[in-house]
Amino acid sequence: MSEYTQSDPKGISVGIVEKQFFTFAKKSDPLKLESGASLGPVTLAYETCGTLNSNKSNVILVLHALSGDSHMAGYYTAHDARPGWWDLMIGPGKGIDTDKYFVICSNIVGSCAGSTGPASIDPETRKEYATHFPLITIGDMVEAQKALMDHLNITSILSAIGGSVGGMQVLEWCIRYPAMIRSAIPLATTTRHSALAIAFNEVARQSIMADPNWNQGHYYNGKKPDIGLALARMIGHITYLSDESMRLKFGRKLQNRSALSFEFGAEFQVESYLQHQGNKFIERFDANSFLYITKAADYFDLAEQYGNGSLVDAFSKCRAKFLVVSYTSDWLYPTYQSKEMVKAMKKNNLDVSFCEIESQWGHDAFLLPGQRLENLIRGFLRSISNDN
Amino acid sequence: MTTDASIFPPIAPPQLRYDLEIIASWIKPGSKVLGLGCGDGELLYWLKKEKSVQERGIEIEESRVAACIEKGLSVLQGDINEEIEDYPDKTFDYAICSQTLQQVYEPSNLIKSMLRVARMGVVSFPNFGHISVRAQLLWSGQAPVTRELPYSWHNTPNIRVLSLNDFIFFSKQAGFKIIQQAAIKTRNKSQQGRMIHLFPNLLATYGIFLIGQE
Repeated sequence: MSEYTQSDPKGISVGIVEKQFFTFAKKSDPLKLESGASLGPVTLAYETCGTLNSNKSNVILVLHALSGDSHMAGYYTAHDARPGWWDLMIGPGKGIDTDKYFVICSNIVGSCAGSTGPASIDPETRKEYATHFPLITIGDMVEAQKALMDHLNITSILSAIGGSVGGMQVLEWCIRYPAMIRSAIPLATTTRHSALAIAFNEVARQSIMADPNWNQGHYYNGKKPDIGLALARMIGHITYLSDESMRLKFGRKLQNRSALSFEFGAEFQVESYLQHQGNKFIERFDANSFLYITKAADYFDLAEQYGNGSLVDAFSKCRAKFLVVSYTSDWLYPTYQSKEMVKAMKKNNLDVSFCEIESQWGHDAFLLPGQRLENLIRGFLRSISNDN
Repeated sequence: MTTDASIFPPIAPPQLRYDLEIIASWIKPGSKVLGLGCGDGELLYWLKKEKSVQERGIEIEESRVAACIEKGLSVLQGDINEEIEDYPDKTFDYAICSQTLQQVYEPSNLIKSMLRVARMGVVSFPNFGHISVRAQLLWSGQAPVTRELPYSWHNTPNIRVLSLNDFIFFSKQAGFKIIQQAAIKTRNKSQQGRMIHLFPNLLATYGIFLIGQE
């Protein structure tokens, strides 16, 4: 997920929001991870917008992508330059209408945005976990979020919504807690990474681990592996765009010059763009978190885990009503992957809508301004609210 | 469990097109309906609101799929010939193919699939036996272009033009039964129309058939 965040052009916003924290899984009762390891205590950062209604039936759970955080919409202070990452979608009267719904966005285990992750202090050693942090899965992220829902006394989720790695959490939620999830909107996502997706993630991880500052993950008291992380981010950004979007956005245009200068600077605009994205990323993201979360995404495989290789079987316990959305130019999670999940849902007699949105902007299109997705989500949520 | 109903003011379904009104009159309240090539969901929306059907639709065009989902309908984007195959047997009470059959490459396969996934099928199409079609071919000697089939031979999506009699004959060949039929005279997309009882194959602009397995 890249940083397109921009203020709402109409100036509509949920206003000031606050990052909150929930700590659970004390040392005596740690969170059991899929790997067999245990983790505790665990803190999750989360934010909420809107008001919970009296029968707690208007809860929307928003789940974020690889590099996202709990700051989905609004501003922390009146002076913030930028709002939360999905401010265009979440707010009064918007696609996810905070006048109607109580919207929760939970951060993920392994993150560096307020939740327990490799940069957190290990209570045993009193030092950062670093690479002693256990490998986590999308399922582990969902288990932690379930604990948060329990803490908030929420037993029914009107809709779980997320794109990319957030979409994986959405699907995992639907399978793990079918009775809790009334509807789900997995956007630009997949039920398992293709070899192509794993390949890009592996190159990104290798670029971090090849940075001498990485130091087997133990860099918190010294120089950080900024070059490796920036490079990893540049690779990521290539996968978030598309041939078409790069052609339209950059073509072969040069950056601040009119002719080639026969040197190894960032001469083409696309080079300068990627470097800029890389440099911005290192200010806010932890390299080890990047390693852990990409690994969790690579491990994700619903058919293998829940269906003995059959995606149809994997969805057999689901009860949610689905809206699946893909984008024509998304080459990270291409439409055929969404169609596979739609097919498996249909074979289970699940109520599923599917739309492949025409877009040039590649995988990240779901984060960009666009009336189409907003209207789809609004209509879908309205239909769920009116059901029964 | 619902959110407060008052925050979602109900949208009254608009009056249906005449041909769709006939189809709608055949659908039992509370049934499960699959709309094949459901367009912007006019019929499905009406059936959902007025007859409380459980609706599913398949439509290939993105903007129309979006229009359906925005109305709150369960519709998925794809080719009807492929998408219909994923549904288990007898998932639906009705599979409706309204004014799309003439665009299907293998109508016989589609009808077979419709009667596999649903107990009954509804098929409607413009009548190629209509007097205006016959007259055009007779007098001008050119491929007919009518209000109901408004394309020229070189750009028409309607690759399987047929008359009411053709369909009746086809039902015997393909081995399905016609449960109910309506021959109607209505203009394309009009809310006005009437039944044709005398010389239907000559005077009806559309035919609508409720079909089932033999």
